[in-house]
Formats: sequence, structure tokens, C-alpha cells
Amino acid sequence: MNAVLQYAVQGLAAGSFYALAALGLAIIFGVLGVVNFAHGAFYMLGAVTAAVLLDTLGLTLWWSLLAVPVLMFVFGVVVERLFVQWLLRLDPLYNFLLTFGLTLVLVELVKQKYGVSGLPYKPPGILQGRAELAGVVLPRYQLFVFLFSVAICVLVWLLMTRTRVGMIVRASTEKPELTRALGVNVGRWVTPVFGFGVALAGLAGVLAAPFRAITADMGNNFAIILFAVVVIGGLGSIVGAVVAGFLVGLVEAFGQAYAPTFAQILIFVLMALIILVRPAGLFGREEATR
Amino acid sequence: MTQSVVRQTSVTEAHAAIVGSGSRRRWILLATGLVAALALPWLVYPPVAMDIAAMALFAIALDILIGYTGLLSFGHSAFWGSSAYMTGLIATHYGVPFPVAVVGGAVFAMVLALPIAYLSVRRSGIYFAMVTLAFGQMVYFVGYQWSGLTGGENGLQGVPRRFFGIELVETESFYFYYAALPILLLGMWAAWRIVHSPFGRVLVAIRDNTPRARALGYDVEKYKVIAFVLSAGLTGLAGGVFAISHGFVALTTLHWTTSGEVVLITLLGGIGTLWGGILGAFLVVMLADYLASSGFDGIDLVTGTVFVLVVLLFRRGIWGTVHHQWLTWLQRRTSPRRTQADADPAGPRP
Repeated sequence: MNAVLQYAVQGLAAGSFYALAALGLAIIFGVLGVVNFAHGAFYMLGAVTAAVLLDTLGLTLWWSLLAVPVLMFVFGVVVERLFVQWLLRLDPLYNFLLTFGLTLVLVELVKQKYGVSGLPYKPPGILQGRAELAGVVLPRYQLFVFLFSVAICVLVWLLMTRTRVGMIVRASTEKPELTRALGVNVGRWVTPVFGFGVALAGLAGVLAAPFRAITADMGNNFAIILFAVVVIGGLGSIVGAVVAGFLVGLVEAFGQAYAPTFAQILIFVLMALIILVRPAGLFGREEATR
Repeated sequence: MTQSVVRQTSVTEAHAAIVGSGSRRRWILLATGLVAALALPWLVYPPVAMDIAAMALFAIALDILIGYTGLLSFGHSAFWGSSAYMTGLIATHYGVPFPVAVVGGAVFAMVLALPIAYLSVRRSGIYFAMVTLAFGQMVYFVGYQWSGLTGGENGLQGVPRRFFGIELVETESFYFYYAALPILLLGMWAAWRIVHSPFGRVLVAIRDNTPRARALGYDVEKYKVIAFVLSAGLTGLAGGVFAISHGFVALTTLHWTTSGEVVLITLLGGIGTLWGGILGAFLVVMLADYLASSGFDGIDLVTGTVFVLVVLLFRRGIWGTVHHQWLTWLQRRTSPRRTQADADPAGPRP
């Protein structure tokens, strides 16, 4: 029982990274119609930036959780203005290919600058070690990651459902033409939404920094699993992205515990099953197909 | 609704039919291509020439899907790599002449492609790209984990190159090129036949207007699956030759960067042109070879930049641009009153 709970927490922590990043991916896709291949690279940049900030300025994890998303937001805005915006009116596959090219460049640049061995990162003392909850011993950091990302997901959910900005974003996700017809300038939200999605990927990267090896390649496989996550959840669905993120994290953790050889393969098998049974994804609707 | 990346071939072919000079020009092109293929190992280092030819067939096989069916597969490394491994295993364990091993590898790639295609065609557009990418990664992990068979990270070492005891072919890369080239040319011819057959016409119809093709009674999914499996088979031929040529199979043949590289080659050469794949393969392989020999280790930096530039500025690709200019010129000559806008095949434009 104890072991099962530990794997569950580990899975939920790993799922937190997927959930946050997939949330960003889903929001970007919703408003821009772009599947951002570079999402894994942005996740990696988030982790690398956190490590560099700690190393050079001595900024701890707490500050990085605030500073890195802001930096990544600015970076996302720059990327959108420089590259992505020119292809928005074309087939979405072009932006998929563009961000693929950007991924290769970003990963290689980080590789050249920081080498291929992992950068070190230590979380603040209070998050180290283990905590005992009702007789079960669990790693503190994993608990923190899970609770923190759930809090962020709830915040984003409130932002989406309780504010005017969120309403506009949801409306332009679900019915872009109708939203335009009602006099909302959808185009104005494109750049900030891209930046916001990138910031979420960066935030996932910061959270992953003490937990994963920080290398230039850390985002590559992450990005592909992220695609599996949004296919499972349904790309048009924001709730689906989060739920599928945690689900895939759990599958990965239990897979690693009981069948380590098949842990990675299991995720894709799950994706295949979902496509077979519910092609639109768990929470997706057929109309959301582009 | 934007359906496929490129929808110019059907229009351009219609133009070619109207203009009527297509057939003579095709023979000139074929002769030029054949001479270039035969001369290649004299001009560049023979193993590199082999790489160019194999990548060319790889890109052409992918173009059947991207250019003529409107499906961007981002997981074709699965078929390239699995055929490379299967070819290597057959050649190592059974001592057959290499063409037999290559055919075995291609058949294996097709068998593997069948379930992947069946699942992937349930989604289209950007979803198809993501799903194929994910399946490609799955095959990569299988290759990585099944190290007893594939050698894991070390790859499959010491793949023999047997060819009916003809020692020159078995040892000299220069002669091996001429022994393997017919397989690749046969593959390219098959691609050409597929695209220009009634079956290929249906694929183009599906690409341009899926609901209409469905309304006309075509089983769209079945056609997509067949196109996918055929494309995987041709990819497998190329991957098998690649494996025999190198004498070993690396895990990178299954990696997603390989899928990306072949998409780049197809895009750079020109989507929906077939010939473009040959040009693209020549440029990309030569560039990679040049960078590697000059000691530059950041090849992805260059590949990525080329990718971004081509997508932003040069979406027709080389062959597509040349073809477009040629048609514009022809049109001007035959009917001077027509403007360029008429000749503009509804290309990838906003």
C-alpha cells in the first residue's frame, strides 16, 4: 500500500509537468490553431534558465517560479512576432514545421553553451527530504510539485471562467468566427496567448529542474509525450489536457515501477487505444478537429 | 478549411496536359536524371552517393503521402529504421544476397505500417502528424529496449554485404553503388506509377476534397491506409539499402530527428513534385557531409535554420519554384493575354 501511494505521488508529480505544459499547448492551439512543436524546447529552456539564475544570481526556486515564467512570456511574444505570426493564416502544418526547426536550433544552442551533461539544481531546504503523512512517508518535493501545479491549474481555470479575458479566449477557441462576428478582436489576443502558453511550459520546466536531469535534450521526448497527452485528452479541450497530463504521469510512474522496460511504450499504447475507441480524445469533440 | 500542405500537382498536371509538351520534357528529364544517378559516384565519395540515392527514395516515398494524399507523416523513421534493422538481421543471420535482405526489410516495414496506418488515418491534418510522430517514438523505444535483437544503443554491428560472391561489389563502395542503384530506381519508378495511376488520382482527390471523394463512394480511409503502407514499403527499400551500405544500423535511424530530416528534404525539394526529393536529398546529404568533414558539430543548428527559412520564405521548394516559373512562362507564350495569376496553381499562399 505504501509503495503504491509513493508511485502515485511520483506519477502525479511527473504528471504535473505534462499537465501544465499540455495546458499551455492546448490554449495556444485553441486560439492560434498552432501545434507548437517547440513546447518541449520551451520546457527545457525554463529548467535551464532556473539553473542559470540559481548559479549566477543565486535566485532560489521560489524566485525562479516567478521570474522564469515572466522571462518565457517575453520570449514567447518575441517568437510569435518574429516567426509564428507569418504563417497563422496558412495550413497549421506549416507552423508545426516551423516550430520543429526552432526546436532543433534552440536545443543545439543550449547544447553548445552548456554541454550535454546535466546542470545541477537543488530545491530549497524545506522541500528536501521526506514528509510523513498519516503513517506514509512521501518525498516532500513531489508533494509540493503536485499541489503547486494543481493550484496553477485551478488559477488558470478561474481565469478562463471568471474573467473577461478568459471568456474571450474560450470563445475564440470554440467558435472563432462567431466571436469575431460579435465584435471581439480575436487577433489582439493571439500574441499574449502564445506568450502565456510558453510561460506555462517554462513553469513546468522550473518545477522539473530539481527533479529531472537538466540537459539540452530533456525537452525532446517530453514534447512527443506531450503530443500523446493532448491526443489522449483531446486537443481542443483544456480540461482534457490537464486530466490526460496527470493520467499519463501515473501510467509512466506505475509503468516504471512494475514494468520498467515498457514504461515509455505504455503511454503510446494508451494513446493507440484512445484513438481506437474515441478518436477525438477523452474530452474532445469531433467538431474540434481541424 | 485548409486541407493539405500543397495542392498544386493536379493543377500543374492539367496545365501540362493542355500544353502538350509534357511527354517530351519527361523523357529529357528522365534521361538527365539517369545520367546524373550513374555519374554520381564519380563526382562524390561513393558511400555519400549511396546515402543521397537512398535518402532520395525516402523523400519520394514520403512525398506520396505529403504531396499526393495530403497526410504529413512525422513518423517515417519507424519504417526507415525498422527496415534497416530487419535487413541487417536477415543479412547477418541468413547469408542471403543483399537485395533479398532489403526486400525482406521492406516487407517488414509494410507489415509494421499496417496497424500504425489503420490507427493514424482516423485523424487527419495536424493530428495525423502528431499521432505518427508518437508512434514513431514508440517504435524507437521498442528498438532501444529490445537490445538483445537490435544491439540497443550500440546498434547492429557488422552487417555483411553479400552479392552472389562478386567480390568487387561486396568490398568496394563504388561497385556496390551500381549493384544497389537498380533497387532504388525501381522504388522511384514504383512511386511514379502509384502517383500517376487511377489509384493516385483518387489520392489527389482525397487530398483536395475529402468529403467529395467520400461522397463519390471512395473508401477514403482504405485509400489512405494503402497509400501509407506503400509509402512505408518504399521507405523500407531505401532504409534497407542504407543499412547494407553502411554495414551497421544505428539507433538514430529510428529517431524522430530522422523523420524531421526527411520532411525537410521533401519540403526543400518541393512537396508534391517527386523530383524535388532527389534535389533535396542531394543538397541536405552534401551539406551534412561537408559540415561533418569540416569539424562543425552543430549540424542541427544548420538543419533547423534551413527548416525555418524554407517554411517562412520558400514553401514551394526548389523543384516547385522551378516548375511554377516554367508553367508561368509556358502560359505567357501560349496565351499572352492571360496574367500570371491564372497560372498560379493554388499554391501554399495565404
